[in-house]
Amino acid sequence: MAIKDITLGQYYPGDSVIHRLDPRTKLIGTVLFLVSLFVVKSFTGFLFCAICLGILVKLSGVPFKFMARGLKAVMFLIVFTAVINLFMTPGTPIWQFGILKIAREGIYRAVFMAIRLVMLIFGSSLLTLTTKPVAMTDGMERLFRPLAKLGLPSHELAMMMTIALRFIPTLLDETDKIMKAQTARGADFESGNLRERAKGLIPLLVPLFVSAFRIAADLAMAMEARCYRGGDGRTRMNGMAFTRLDRIAAVLIVLYFAAVIAIGRLPLF
Amino acid sequence: MRIEVRDLGYIYSEGMPFESVALEGVSFTVESGEFAAVIGHTGSGKSTLLMHLNGLMKPTHGCVLADGIDINEKTKEAREARRKVGLVFQYPEYQLFEETVLKDVCFGPKNYGFSPEECEAKAISALKLVGIDPDVKGSVSPFELSGGEKRRVAIAGVLAMDPQVLILDEPTAGLDPKGHQDILDMVKKIHTDRNLTILLVSHNMDDAARLADRILVLDKGHLAMDGTPQEVFSHYDELHSIGLSTPSASELLHLLKQKGLNVNPNIFDEDEAAEEIVRALNNK
Repeated sequence: MAIKDITLGQYYPGDSVIHRLDPRTKLIGTVLFLVSLFVVKSFTGFLFCAICLGILVKLSGVPFKFMARGLKAVMFLIVFTAVINLFMTPGTPIWQFGILKIAREGIYRAVFMAIRLVMLIFGSSLLTLTTKPVAMTDGMERLFRPLAKLGLPSHELAMMMTIALRFIPTLLDETDKIMKAQTARGADFESGNLRERAKGLIPLLVPLFVSAFRIAADLAMAMEARCYRGGDGRTRMNGMAFTRLDRIAAVLIVLYFAAVIAIGRLPLF
Repeated sequence: MRIEVRDLGYIYSEGMPFESVALEGVSFTVESGEFAAVIGHTGSGKSTLLMHLNGLMKPTHGCVLADGIDINEKTKEAREARRKVGLVFQYPEYQLFEETVLKDVCFGPKNYGFSPEECEAKAISALKLVGIDPDVKGSVSPFELSGGEKRRVAIAGVLAMDPQVLILDEPTAGLDPKGHQDILDMVKKIHTDRNLTILLVSHNMDDAARLADRILVLDKGHLAMDGTPQEVFSHYDELHSIGLSTPSASELLHLLKQKGLNVNPNIFDEDEAAEEIVRALNNK
């Protein structure tokens, strides 16, 4: 099934330097990298970002082909953004047909935006590909803990996210099974107009909801049976600790960000 | 209806790093009206094989013929042939979704364009066949039924499409001993009453030996054995080497033989096995 081919958000097992970094370092690093893509104003800047990202991907040991597959899912978004930018940017027209016109600035912006989007996706998928979902939510919980004073239930949010991530494959499997069972009864999920198709989803959605509730009830029972009662006073099996690796990474991230700002100040194309 | 599988092969995620061969070179024919059991270890390709038999999965190579028609063709005859192969999945009760039992059973025939009256007639006859009284339970929500009843209703949902071949993937999984026996008796009754061709996937060798005329053994995507229960279950060592066993009566006789009692271990029926043990003890 096509749903299974989406690599965006998947974990790629490995033991590289990047895999071994503390999830908090990776989270902050990724956020800073994403911000840097919006600081960059020139192609030279992007080139610098791309080289840095390339080195990180190489270090992570995730095959480039595997990463690129994640792009497929959002290709439509990228093309759509580029096309809109291409036609909608005002400036010196170089091609015109009726109300459609392309300006020199439009081409520049379209390419610029496409590169930015691709890098955004590569940057964030590097995080998810090298960090186990559980480690990631643990990291987020720790990072958001200071906000607990403001009333943000960081443990509960993290637990919800862990559970959601954990059950994505389960629910996909369930969907697949129910779809097959209904197809065997002659259900058709692929043809008809929008209304017919929406109606055709009922035989899929009703059993899926029933399953989801059943799974949720079982899980809640299993958690309570093991005395789960929220985040207060809860300890971890795998504690997180910053190592020498994380300190080096922190210095590199700061240096990278400084370089991006410096390049942004230079009058470059 | 006669089902012919020719050199069937299926590869999951072809060309990807997770590529795995689920089926390879599987060929067999199930004659019209035959009752065949498919046994195999978890992951031997049983479920994949079943889904090929009514076109839910397209083979990577080879083909499936129903009365000589390739079911994966895009013709009307092929679609009709697919309808005649009814597939009941594991835990089929999870497919129930309608407001009432009767409506749910009507879903299949409705999809194939039968008129509402025809659908209802088919549904009522299917419900009777699985032992659910349509007058009592027909207007009840399927979610209010007991586990065993839900499963019967789900099976009726497939029978309502008037299949000529009925494939059941472990229809007794998760039922208590009585529910287990009831479902198997029902399958037997469907086989005799409607003269359907039946393919039953089972983990239970006793059931396979008792019900089937024919046993297909799958191992790692290959057809390892194909024959009558008598033939297949006499291969004690081979079955054990692929993680299967023989019926419990035969297992016991094998143990007795190992311990020195002179019995014929290739007996699969409990009563006959008891007689064999008594005979052996009297001859001692």
